[in-house]
Amino acid sequence: MTERTIAVDYLARVEGEGALKVRLDGARVDAVELRIFEPPRFFEAFLRGRSYAEAPDVTARICGICPVAYQMSSCHAMERAIGLCVDNGVRALRRLLYCGEWIESHTLHIYLLHAPDFLGVPDAVHLAREQPEAVRRGLALKQVGNRLMTLLGGREIHPVNVRIGGFYRCPSRSELAAVRPEIVRAIDLAEETVRFAASLPFPPGEEDYEFVSLRHPEEYPMNEGEVVSSAGMRWPVDDFESAFEEVQVPHSNALHSVRRGGGSYLVGPLARYALNRDRLTPRARRLADEVGLEPVVRNPARAIVVRAIEVLLACEEALRLIDAYREPPAPFVAPPPGWRGGVGAAITEAPRGMLYHRYRVGPSGLIEEAKIVAPTSQNQKRIEDDVRHLVERSLALDDAHLTAACERAIRHHDPCISCATHFLRLDVERR
Amino acid sequence: MADLRRPRLAVWKFASCDGCQLSVLDLEDDLLAIADRVEIANFREASSAVADGPYDLSLVEGSITTPEDARRIREVRAESRLLVTIGACATAGGIQALRNFADVEEFRRIVYARPEYIQTLTTSTPIREHVTVDLELRGCPISKAQLLELFNAVLFDRAPNLPGESVCIECKRRGNVCVLVARGTPCLGPVTQTGCGAICPAFHRGCYGCFGPQDTPNAASLSEALAALGMSPGELRRFYRTFNAGAPAFRAAADAIAEERPA
Repeated sequence: MTERTIAVDYLARVEGEGALKVRLDGARVDAVELRIFEPPRFFEAFLRGRSYAEAPDVTARICGICPVAYQMSSCHAMERAIGLCVDNGVRALRRLLYCGEWIESHTLHIYLLHAPDFLGVPDAVHLAREQPEAVRRGLALKQVGNRLMTLLGGREIHPVNVRIGGFYRCPSRSELAAVRPEIVRAIDLAEETVRFAASLPFPPGEEDYEFVSLRHPEEYPMNEGEVVSSAGMRWPVDDFESAFEEVQVPHSNALHSVRRGGGSYLVGPLARYALNRDRLTPRARRLADEVGLEPVVRNPARAIVVRAIEVLLACEEALRLIDAYREPPAPFVAPPPGWRGGVGAAITEAPRGMLYHRYRVGPSGLIEEAKIVAPTSQNQKRIEDDVRHLVERSLALDDAHLTAACERAIRHHDPCISCATHFLRLDVERR
Repeated sequence: MADLRRPRLAVWKFASCDGCQLSVLDLEDDLLAIADRVEIANFREASSAVADGPYDLSLVEGSITTPEDARRIREVRAESRLLVTIGACATAGGIQALRNFADVEEFRRIVYARPEYIQTLTTSTPIREHVTVDLELRGCPISKAQLLELFNAVLFDRAPNLPGESVCIECKRRGNVCVLVARGTPCLGPVTQTGCGAICPAFHRGCYGCFGPQDTPNAASLSEALAALGMSPGELRRFYRTFNAGAPAFRAAADAIAEERPA
């Protein structure tokens, strides 16, 4: 058998610009390269010399799909650098805002980007011709996520209300209560979404993932927790950089993350679910059982069902948070007078997985160093491994079918390539 | 009625966060109606079916930061009857245009330490510096209402109604208390173009200029007022240099601020 090259020149239905190249020598897979040609935008460079207070608004622009994740990770990291503790009301509003982003981002992927792959259509517009009620349900649910972000943040993309120490303005109880009926309805839509996702025809293929996510003593993780791995390890957030390292590869504008002493690992819904299933709401857990979702899902295609379970969880959490909300005494806490800078790191769970931020802030409140590790950068090597295994067991397919299968294998992980490209850090080159 | 041909839409991405493209998909209530009236011919973020040009309407997101993209935008222009930029990146170079103000030598040394890995230009420039642009939608991100207005205008072959006045006008209409006057909160509203809904003042914060300069900004006067509130020259310069740092009026406003005297 001669050499064979499989190439996807431009991945569709993913956020950002990427391509895939697979080189085969007979039955041997020579190389799998997920190429990221999204141009680097050098966020870690322009953050230097900017005020600590600007980090949430500036880093949100790394990704228009998950701006809240960037705002949350930067706020928590800065608050750790300052030593600030926020009020429980602020904590609740942050989780509610994050619920909005999870609902919006996951529903976008489930209905508009991922479901078409299982139903043999190129996009949601075609899907709407065959299953109009499904697409309408998806858009209605997505809209509830956007509604939460608009209510708390002013707008759905790049919300304006988040600041270090809290919010510029906190909503009243009655403002939150106004969206309650929509959330109640969304819980039903989310349940229908779980059933819809579970009914899709999935290709076989299990992967032996090392899952990594946050874990919190009581909650399904979003803003807080320690880092845990399915290999049985746990680390405080401050140990992230000693536990995981980034490696630069020539074929990508993105760095690859690996666990030191281990290999590639997976973050995101599959990892969160495998490591935190016991933290799901009773209804979400019951429904997971009912649709036959095993406690650890190793078939990446079925991540769509896990995303749907997380949407249900986020809707139920939103309702709980709205009902329990007490307006905080002040919308935010400011750094103490005489704060002279410091170092702080934080991880929050973006829809696509752990998002790490670390900042060093100087005595005048200006950022001296920033490090950001996005979920897709952590998953990139693991996605290449998935593609390699898929190709190895699908050699009989002709090029067109194999190419399409590879592209679908990448989309299972909802990669966000815009995010992934920032990890081209300037401090790498200075070594 | 005659069966009119549906206009063919293409959506293109350059250096950006994808948020303005997402605004198209965020038109939840209207998305399927638009898809009925417009042929989505090339929109990679939303569809794996891609049809060749020419296109009646090209929406362009992102700024030009690589030699390849500087070439590609010319191809996009050649295939497009109407080319509309969406958002601050495409219209003013975006937040990544902050590289334009960096110490270029330092930057070059850092960037090209691994030239075999990375291709990038030392500047981030708006689309209009490379090709003719028919219309610009402002904002970081764009406003969904303005995007819908654009679709309507194209479908009915009329000019879109896109106001060039300041955020202040919209802020007064919304009934906000002026954060600058009443609370002494720094606000770029007087020099910034409306379109966002004056959301920042509604959340008790000052406008941070994400829609770029309004038609007739008096930045010198605003800078004086902001300095009187106690903003240092460094803070003031950074205030103008965010998502529209490359927009001429904001660039000039930042450049006009005197250097800080060493203490």
